[in-house]
Amino acid sequence: MTAKIATITSGKGGVGKTTTTANIGVALASIGRRVVCIDADIGLRNLDVVMGLENRIVYDLVDVVEGRCKLRQALIKDKRLGDLYLIPAAQTRDKTAVSPQDMINLTADLRSEFDWVIIDSPAGIERGFRNAIAPADVVLVVTNPEVSSVRDADRIIGLIEAEEKGPGKLIVNRIKPEMVKRGDMLDTPDILDVLAIELIGIIPEDEHVIVASNQGLPVALDPKSKAGRAFMNTARRLDGEDVPFESLEGTDGFFGRLSRLVRPGGDG
Amino acid sequence: MSDSLAIKGVGDALLISVPAADEPDALDALLEMIDERVEFFRGAHLAVDFADRELHASELGGLRDALSERLISLQAVLSTSDVTLKAAADLGLDTTLRREVPVEIEDQPLVTELDGEQAAFIHRTMRSGNSIQHPGHVVVLGDVNPGAEIIAGGNVIVWGHLRGVVHAGAAGDEDAVVCALDLAPAQLRIAGQIALSPERKGDPKPEVARIRDGQLVAEPWALSRAG
Repeated sequence: MTAKIATITSGKGGVGKTTTTANIGVALASIGRRVVCIDADIGLRNLDVVMGLENRIVYDLVDVVEGRCKLRQALIKDKRLGDLYLIPAAQTRDKTAVSPQDMINLTADLRSEFDWVIIDSPAGIERGFRNAIAPADVVLVVTNPEVSSVRDADRIIGLIEAEEKGPGKLIVNRIKPEMVKRGDMLDTPDILDVLAIELIGIIPEDEHVIVASNQGLPVALDPKSKAGRAFMNTARRLDGEDVPFESLEGTDGFFGRLSRLVRPGGDG
Repeated sequence: MSDSLAIKGVGDALLISVPAADEPDALDALLEMIDERVEFFRGAHLAVDFADRELHASELGGLRDALSERLISLQAVLSTSDVTLKAAADLGLDTTLRREVPVEIEDQPLVTELDGEQAAFIHRTMRSGNSIQHPGHVVVLGDVNPGAEIIAGGNVIVWGHLRGVVHAGAAGDEDAVVCALDLAPAQLRIAGQIALSPERKGDPKPEVARIRDGQLVAEPWALSRAG
């Protein structure tokens, strides 16, 4: 097994990097991949909470890097999915506790045992961001459909290109179809027009996400949630599957439901 | 090999020239020399002239980090290598010594026009945070996104969307023009004139902006009159 390393980043804070990391990780594990999620947001750790593993933390990323524990000891096994693990961030330190080379070394040790390593990047473009993308094979850029978030995503894509990590793939998160319809929100084509990189996911705004995050149950496990299905499809695309994009039009009409009955699981 | 590196003060920065020799570990030599004079360099703003050496963003980024750990800020990278200049620009480092370019042009008002035949050619999308400053013309084959910046002594030509900030004739050349397939810059300057893009109606068309009768105007590019 040779894991691929995907880093999830955005530049701007609050666009849903951690939620995306947790859900992509859960979704990949649920289709049978061996997955480890790494929280690179040292000092502001969150991924453990969203994944519902907060109370199991004994060792963290900085403990591994500084040699206080073995890598295996810092791997926290998910409570529901057998092949999903988390390496949490340290809460008491800051980004300088880890270097880009540390991240490359640490992930190199994981490659042989997993299919996917998913790294949750901190916001910003400084050391923490460079730590997170240093080992990446593919970078997923999360943006919200608003001008400031797209501007930051553009800056990030430029930096990723400068680090010779390819242009990255785009996830548009928290889109509200009814606002797009009214012309009050950027639509995905508007965003792609500026960023001009491959689109890998469109995640609709969904209250389930907040409830799920608070409960530590990533929404990708909930087939009733639109966002959950969208995360699942994004993960499949990342894994190399050709999955069409689901229509985000408001509530499903009769035909929407019908088409879902006709093609169960196949709708994008 | 610290004695092969020359240091001089330029404005509020220190300029270190790394000779073009084929010494493979120039970056190590540079850090070694700095470590020998830690007190002298602490808090300094540094510009490094790498001559024709090719350095990639990862190497320059590493150098910047190593310097910042020593409380030294890497401000500018000078080079004659396109690879090195692009890497530096991508990292947001200056590629000219601050204030040097305008001063030079003020002293010799003809330089821009003589250099006028020189152009920087950029074959990629300029993204937010990218900045190009060039005493001659600037030609971009690709988009110039919001948050990117072009400052040219001469003309600016963008074969793509122009949505960033652009300044043509930056040294005062009022005959400079800016043209783009989609001319929609956040702000457009020619010589001393500044304009904002009006709301666009309809599809983008190629346009050229110039100063006409003291006014900055944008006109559709008519093929019949091209040239």
